[in-house]
Amino acid sequence: MTKEHANWSPYDNNGGTCVAIAGADYCVVAADTRMSSGYNILTRDYSKITQLADKCAMASSGFQADVRALQKHLEARHLIYQHQHNKQMSTPAMAQLLSNTLYYKRFFPYYAFNVLGGLDGEGKGCVFTYDAVGSYERVGYSSQGSGSTLIMPFLDNQLKSPSPLLLPAKDAVTPLSESEALDLVKTCFASATERDIYTGDKLEIVVLNAKGTRREYMELRKD
Amino acid sequence: MFRNQYDTDVTTWSPAGRLFQVEYAMEAVKQGSAAIGLRSKTHVVLASVNKANSELSSHQKKIFKVDDHIGVAIAGLTADGRVLSRYMRSECINYSYSYESKLPVGRLVVQLADKAQVCTQRSWKRPYGVGLLVGGLDESGAHLYYNCPSGNYFEYQAFAIGSRSQAAKTYMERKFETFAESSRENLIKDALFALRETLQGEKLTSTICTVAVVGIGEAFHILDKETVQALINEFEIAGEEAPANEAAPEDQGGDAQPGGDVQPGAADQGPADEGVAPMDI
Repeated sequence: MTKEHANWSPYDNNGGTCVAIAGADYCVVAADTRMSSGYNILTRDYSKITQLADKCAMASSGFQADVRALQKHLEARHLIYQHQHNKQMSTPAMAQLLSNTLYYKRFFPYYAFNVLGGLDGEGKGCVFTYDAVGSYERVGYSSQGSGSTLIMPFLDNQLKSPSPLLLPAKDAVTPLSESEALDLVKTCFASATERDIYTGDKLEIVVLNAKGTRREYMELRKD
Repeated sequence: MFRNQYDTDVTTWSPAGRLFQVEYAMEAVKQGSAAIGLRSKTHVVLASVNKANSELSSHQKKIFKVDDHIGVAIAGLTADGRVLSRYMRSECINYSYSYESKLPVGRLVVQLADKAQVCTQRSWKRPYGVGLLVGGLDESGAHLYYNCPSGNYFEYQAFAIGSRSQAAKTYMERKFETFAESSRENLIKDALFALRETLQGEKLTSTICTVAVVGIGEAFHILDKETVQALINEFEIAGEEAPANEAAPEDQGGDAQPGGDVQPGAADQGPADEGVAPMDI
């Protein structure tokens, strides 16, 4: 009485890791640029990060065909929003839109593991982390993808605020400066690259702050 | 003017082979306030007269951004114009989504024209009561089209629609041969002159008009009031004296460059402000 299984899957996992860290007035969104399939490398130079709005960027690991489709969908929705409201979407609004978009395909999901990062209405950094079907939460930092199990505990160690029982309530955003946060991200990826075979080649970092958007790259191990 | 017997239905021909409902729809365009468009090889300028009903109310929006490379100015039933603009925006977005490139202007106007034609051949519909001046840029250059309620469309070097548009057309007929090689600033200047012609002596100020530009390297955007007023002042076309069109700009000297006290080129180089969406008015 064993169930018959499909001999074809609509999904593939292209690997990769994404990280986002929110600061007091900046947000860092980073991802490696390796795209794999099984034990093969498809390319060493594929961007997993897209800028959805002036102050909002999304990094997604998982099945890159689904990721690309998701990015295009959100970009089109953002254009419609701009036509209707005469302004850019805020990051919390985009966060809700992403969640709704993912849940819309609850029964044939986007195989995409997303972190959304940007500046909120007050100019403070914000990060939203998602599962494949749209469950999301605003946090101060997050990682998704194949290296997330290696990176997340490290970020918890470095960034997690003291016990929530402590009063006054502490903000989730890190007190680190922008350059310190960048160094932290680079450290995370350098470490994850050592032990995760799907993470490596190059690190792409997008920094969003009041001055605008900046992109930085760092070489990673290619083995 | 009244051809009552065959004008009840859009699907009824007159014995002379006319569809009166369609012609009546074109009348609605003529009653709307003026909108003009002109193009050079590299830019298209759209301008419209925006008269508010009263001092207390806001101006009616007659120029819409459709995409970074296309904008539209309307005359007639502005509600119909708004709906068609939404359709055009949707078409541009869907095309970009599928082909990751910009919808060519010529394709968009055909789709618009076909949409208008449908309303001339359904007994349960009425024609759109709006004329559209579609200005845009694509790989084959700068284009200006006029779409009318009948479902026809034509390409123009320069055109004007709405009330007293003939005055603007007369001005542009004299000068259209210079438009192709015109600089961006001169094109805007000609647009303002043409617009002034439709005001029939009334003073042209930035409060009663809207000007929009699209060009190579310049996304479609509406010029802000300060920029427009500065241009009006610079070209001395407030309209108080008789049109000394050729003489006035020469007096300013160097009107080819946006120099002097005013920097219209810098001020309206696309949406310069932070936090202002590209779609902003």
